[in-house]
Amino acid sequence: MKMSVAAIVFASCTALPALAQPDPTDWATVLQEARGQTVYWHAWGGDPRINDFIAWVGDQALSRHGVTVTQVKLAATADAVARVVSEKQAGQDQGGAVDLIWINGENFAAMKDKGLLFGPFAEQLPNWPLVDVAGKPATRMDFTEPTLGLESPWAMAQLVFEYDSARVPTPPPGAGQLLDWAKANPGRFTYPRPPDYLGATFLKQVLYGVIDDPDLLLQPVDPATYDRVTAPLWAWLAELTPALWRQGRAYPANEPALGQLLADGEIDIAFAFNTGRASAAIAAGELPATIRTNVWTGGTIGNASFVAIPYNAAHAAGALVVANLLLDPQVQARAQDPDVLGFQTVLNLAALTDEDRARFDALDLGIATLAPDDLGTALPEPHASWMARISQDWIRRYGVAQ
Amino acid sequence: MTADGALRFAPRLTLLLMAVPVIAGLAGTLRPAFEAGSVARLLDWPGLPRAMALSMGTGIASTVLALALTLGLVAALQGGRLFTLILRLLSPLLAVPHAAAALGLAFLLAPSGWIARALSPWATGWTQPPDLLILNDPAGLALTAGLVLKEVPFLLLILIAALPQADAPRRLMLMASLGYGRVAGWMLSVLPAVWPQMRPAVYAVLAYSMTAVDMAIVLGPALPPTLSAQLVLWMTSPDLSIHPVAAAGALVQLGLVLAALALLRGAETGLARLGCRLALTGIRGIRADRWLAPVVGGAGLLVVLLMAGSLAGLALWSFAGPWVFPDAWPQHLELDAWARAAPGLGPAALETLLLAALSTALATGLVLSCLEAEARFGLKPGGGALWLLWLPLIMPQVAFLPGLAELALRTGAEGSTGAVAAAHLVFVLPYVFLSLAAPWRAWDPRLAVAGAALGATPGRIFWRLRLPMLLRPILTAAAVGFAVSVGQYLPTLLIGGGRVTTLTTEAVALSSGGNRRIIGTYAMLQLALPLLAFALALALPAALFRNRTGMRPGA
Repeated sequence: MKMSVAAIVFASCTALPALAQPDPTDWATVLQEARGQTVYWHAWGGDPRINDFIAWVGDQALSRHGVTVTQVKLAATADAVARVVSEKQAGQDQGGAVDLIWINGENFAAMKDKGLLFGPFAEQLPNWPLVDVAGKPATRMDFTEPTLGLESPWAMAQLVFEYDSARVPTPPPGAGQLLDWAKANPGRFTYPRPPDYLGATFLKQVLYGVIDDPDLLLQPVDPATYDRVTAPLWAWLAELTPALWRQGRAYPANEPALGQLLADGEIDIAFAFNTGRASAAIAAGELPATIRTNVWTGGTIGNASFVAIPYNAAHAAGALVVANLLLDPQVQARAQDPDVLGFQTVLNLAALTDEDRARFDALDLGIATLAPDDLGTALPEPHASWMARISQDWIRRYGVAQ
Repeated sequence: MTADGALRFAPRLTLLLMAVPVIAGLAGTLRPAFEAGSVARLLDWPGLPRAMALSMGTGIASTVLALALTLGLVAALQGGRLFTLILRLLSPLLAVPHAAAALGLAFLLAPSGWIARALSPWATGWTQPPDLLILNDPAGLALTAGLVLKEVPFLLLILIAALPQADAPRRLMLMASLGYGRVAGWMLSVLPAVWPQMRPAVYAVLAYSMTAVDMAIVLGPALPPTLSAQLVLWMTSPDLSIHPVAAAGALVQLGLVLAALALLRGAETGLARLGCRLALTGIRGIRADRWLAPVVGGAGLLVVLLMAGSLAGLALWSFAGPWVFPDAWPQHLELDAWARAAPGLGPAALETLLLAALSTALATGLVLSCLEAEARFGLKPGGGALWLLWLPLIMPQVAFLPGLAELALRTGAEGSTGAVAAAHLVFVLPYVFLSLAAPWRAWDPRLAVAGAALGATPGRIFWRLRLPMLLRPILTAAAVGFAVSVGQYLPTLLIGGGRVTTLTTEAVALSSGGNRRIIGTYAMLQLALPLLAFALALALPAALFRNRTGMRPGA
């Protein structure tokens, strides 16, 4: 009893006074207010390289703007969403624990839908004019969900296939060829089990390849035509499954687990959402040096990573400063460096000063990374309802053992 | 007199400390279960029967196996050199966090794992890993094996701590003089005396095995997973509408655990009857010793080897340069992973230590006050009180913690070290109580009577007789509590609001990335702190009582 009283007293002493919401159009005031704040950035913590990058961004924020960044390392982004939800349920509309979230897709859609986001703020950030909104429409369209300035992009991602060139001299350039290859090499390919993000993305990628009218994917799922439209996908999977790793009786849990299988030599073809991951992993000694990447001839799905600020963030001004800092050309160039992250920039290189453009030109792509021109078409993410429906269907067919 | 009054109140204070968070947590979490349609949606999930069966099957199988092995080891081998060796090697393994143990075991057993690498290609002919389903098998065998490995050290520790109160040596001597075999004699004479002290620990193991999440995710099947693993997936889903379904699932999980406990209770009665009948037949079971000793000895060594191999694999990964199949050894060793982890390690380790010390000290103090009050005032804990103590161990953490986090938010306590330590207390205290209550109650009260006859006050009897004589079980209980606190993930994350960072929260976040090198570094450190506590629990009494033969273990 004594303990909880002490805890309450302690907590109320450290609680911050309520602040008015910052106004991103009045940047000088934002900077002033942000100085001295500690921004709790909730971000997936599973990759030490990303954690190192976030720590570096924190150093920059501190030296440039006097803002301290603390990464709250999450096992899943949904943990941060759940946290804001429970704060709202508990009536804590100010001084929330989450200041900034690395987010996209269905997590963003859920928060937007529930009115849990601060903003709009993204398009008022001083660095916003540098963003390549025309060349990279995914910076304003998150899984076909308009961002409306409620989240700010900081990295581009595109699905690339990773293959061991020592065993696979010519990688399959499409869904049909992948099926043929898998049947000829049983047990050497698999995908993360949906509803995992990457696993579901793979199914959408195949759907793009086998569907008659890809434009349908940009609309919400139509229950009336769903079965007919997706029939080729399930037929394709039915043929593939017996040739999968473990004959489809087990699947890796997520992207890192899939990458580990490739590293351990259990499979010959994997895929990732980071075009530079393979090169970085080779450089770190985590993947064999014979790994290369390729994309499918019809293009592969691309999307963007964003940061968003919860409606009740305790340090919204500091979070705004960090969101803007992430769009800084120097920071973007560092993120694109394959030795650091290998994330593709969201900026329009033509809009940069010569000095800033030179930072990007100086980057070495890395041994396994495709040049931007070789990445082909980035297909837009289908509407978020496809992800949910296809994952659900997959679980019904393959996810609950016969 | 005032001290007496405070002591009299201790059990009620403790129960209040347990009851408020547990009841609020349960109410907050389970309320959505009764929302319209939640149960119907749960029943709609086609994986439900199988997930329930898996939860039940792996939980019961692993508990029975771990219990049988523990009893067999003590019955057949205690006092021998092999037993001492196994005990020495197993006790530190109690401190291994479940997630780290599971990841280590996965690397050991996988077709591309360490064992396969060591035997390839010279013995197996494999130049690439074979396509064999060893981990995540649909029947949950790998999960069961992992749970057995993890629970044997715990049960062994509890049994060893309880044994001195059962007067085992003289019982065994009597049985031997009657011509009984070692194992048969132990099972018929010592087990009935020691079982009441062990029972709560076995129940906790059963409840834990059925609801374990981290191990089930790494080693268990996924198509579908066990019920508790599925609950976590639902609870952490961005699709908020699925959360009431998870609450309904938590209710089902609670029912399953209660059913399994009832089953165990029934089995106890049945086995007791069987034992009585066996005793009446006069069978001495001499021949059983001959084959049982090598079998349990071998199984015990296998447990040690698998656990040690898992940890050694993780440790090696933390120093490994490139390491590909089928190399048995990394190409070279390096410190990169440690250098990368170093900046975050100090503060996280300090916070972990602080939380564990706070919650363990508080829990041990409360438990001692309760037990002393019980002894001094002849209080009898009611059934309801015991259940309150039990609930945090029986409920799947993920079902009861969101409600507790909401409570912390409402009171404004969330995010502080004190609040997280208080949340840890809810999980630490039952374990400390479970580990300590039996040896405490089994202490011979005639010693207190003798002390009182010599004019000692109750306080003096407590400080000069009971406490020193029970120092070993007290410290062991505290070490168990310490390890429990170090291993807490969800309470730290939820009550701490992400602002309280411990080695375990870091380790779990990093393990979601599957990077074996980084996982290795944190697992080593996560192991080091509880290891220190257990080493202290062993070394302190040994040093204090080095001149007292009667206080040595086994005496």
